[in-house]
Amino acid sequence: MNRNNTWASWPDEAGRFGDFGGRYVAETLMPLILDLETEYSKAKADPGFNALMDDFWTHYVGRPSPLYFAERLTEHYGRGRIYFKRDELNHTGAHKINNCLGQLLLAKRMGKTRIIAETGAGQHGVATATVCARLGLSCVVFMGATDVERQKPNVFRMKLLGAEIIPVTSGRGTLKDAMNEALRDWVTHIEETFYCIGTAAGPHPYPQMVRDFQSVIGREARAQILDREGRLPDAIMACIGGGSNAIGLFHPFLEDETVQLIGVEAAGHGLDSGAHAAALSGGAPGILHGNKTYLLQDEAGQILDAHSISAGLDYPGIGPEHAFLRDMGRAEYLTCKDEEALEAFQLCARLEGILPALEPAHALARLPDVLDKIPADGLMIMNLCGRGDKDVFSVAEHLGVKL
Amino acid sequence: MPTSRISDRFALAKSENRAVLVAYLMIGDPDLETSYQAMCALRDNGADLIEMGLPFTDPMADGLAIQRAGQRSLKAGTELQHVLQLAARFRAEDKQTPLILMGYANPIHKIGYETFAAQAAASGLDGTIIVDLPPEEDAPLRAAYLAYDLSVIRLATPTTDETRMQTVADGASGFLYYVAVTGVTGGQSADPESLKAGIEMARRISGLPVCVGFGIRTADQARAMAGLADGIVVGSAFVEEAAKAAETGRFNAASQGMGELAKELSMAICTISR
Repeated sequence: MNRNNTWASWPDEAGRFGDFGGRYVAETLMPLILDLETEYSKAKADPGFNALMDDFWTHYVGRPSPLYFAERLTEHYGRGRIYFKRDELNHTGAHKINNCLGQLLLAKRMGKTRIIAETGAGQHGVATATVCARLGLSCVVFMGATDVERQKPNVFRMKLLGAEIIPVTSGRGTLKDAMNEALRDWVTHIEETFYCIGTAAGPHPYPQMVRDFQSVIGREARAQILDREGRLPDAIMACIGGGSNAIGLFHPFLEDETVQLIGVEAAGHGLDSGAHAAALSGGAPGILHGNKTYLLQDEAGQILDAHSISAGLDYPGIGPEHAFLRDMGRAEYLTCKDEEALEAFQLCARLEGILPALEPAHALARLPDVLDKIPADGLMIMNLCGRGDKDVFSVAEHLGVKL
Repeated sequence: MPTSRISDRFALAKSENRAVLVAYLMIGDPDLETSYQAMCALRDNGADLIEMGLPFTDPMADGLAIQRAGQRSLKAGTELQHVLQLAARFRAEDKQTPLILMGYANPIHKIGYETFAAQAAASGLDGTIIVDLPPEEDAPLRAAYLAYDLSVIRLATPTTDETRMQTVADGASGFLYYVAVTGVTGGQSADPESLKAGIEMARRISGLPVCVGFGIRTADQARAMAGLADGIVVGSAFVEEAAKAAETGRFNAASQGMGELAKELSMAICTISR
């Protein structure tokens, strides 16, 4: 493997991060993703495009998000200094909008009029519908039929924002089936349609593009911690479903080799239970949805359903750059079970007055383990990538509380 | 270059002044024995090449008919090894009819391309169409095939321009599969006239026979498309015969239904003037 490259220079021209990534799509989609790659390269080099995106980030999304010293959690653990990157304060309540804004400004620039997206819990769907409304684009969201039932408030939110929701009954009606259906729609409506993928996965250039748009998180965090503490953190951490919030935080720190990068996957009922969503810790390399990466799969190479209490982590794959960083030893990936995330959710609410989403609650649960890896006066940043309002009902249910 | 079953079959059809009929079925839908009977029935009723569908949990390029067929097959426990065993069984009795495996990359990637190539050749397969291995990604598979007489059959579409066609043609073998519509399998059908230039370009640039597929289900459509290309591919219409059999529980109706359809289609395409 070519290691003349710096960490941050991946992917290569073939869209690969080491052996991972690539463009594993049907020929019908190849001209589209090659065109997207060209258009994205042009947009990225255009100061006008970047200025427009910055303007939206500042005045519409509310960036930069604060870097907050979590004083009481720090006291609680009695070591280190814990900072939260507050991406849950963004418009629509999560980091998802960083990516949607970038992709949809690109779509608009490419003259596309119809936006399609997949969604699991509905957070990416809501962010896509939001930006589509703002930019005057039509929006179609594919969502597993089971999730449509489970996530009624988000379904209604998307409808209020003018999106059309298509419940997906094919396969087992989960997030991966929604993604299959979005890909099928894309090959059927190629002229006017732009596929806005919600995580740093899929065929090249999506993993790179989504990472670039989400890297605003890490760029801000790096500048903010230098400003506040005068030095780089010892560790930074984030939860991982597909991995877009984590790669967005990690990427600007990749060359800072003293900074430990830690991702936390959802272990569901436990890695041995078979009911989890930990593709890196419990999966094997394979090919799905346009990229080669770690996947939950059986011995015959059939894809397995993921399980997590958090619908946002409930995906059998992982972005290819994480697969690469893991295999190269640059980042470390831990896991967190449903019940641990629930406890961390409550602890954060009581000590910091912040209801985190269940997704970052997975990272919160591993805070003490990460504090063990850094000096007693070490600094760490955790990406609080979403707020927990959306999870209040399911948390109540898991705690046996009737609302 | 040694002749292969695939090139022999195209040469035979050419000498008979007709297009070839490529028939797709999902192996293991509703069970393996039914698939074997169906393969024989297809062959006996004029199918020139048989595409053996390998089921996958996430068939992103397929419409409902083939998605459901794959689910039925997976539910019945079908794995890659079963498909290879069925190919070997068919090949033991039939040395001429080309067998093409069609599916998605992951089950093959899982056992490794070299292991797969050896097993596929030993089973009497003649080539593969791996939907999600475009030219950019199939080099390891092609390398594994070099030691065997296995073709890498690639897809071209109406959106494939001249430059892209060069990429598709470079390294392709057997024949080119021309996808008539931008969409999934089993959907709408294309206007044959609109495909003429693209198919001619595909043939000229690749130097390979070109078969048209997607959206062909009736004798009339088959006839129209056969006038333009070296062959036609029919999939969903055959798969629906298996679906009917699965619904009624009368599995032997599948091979009968597929045989009848194959007969109708093969008669239609051999009576046109080319």
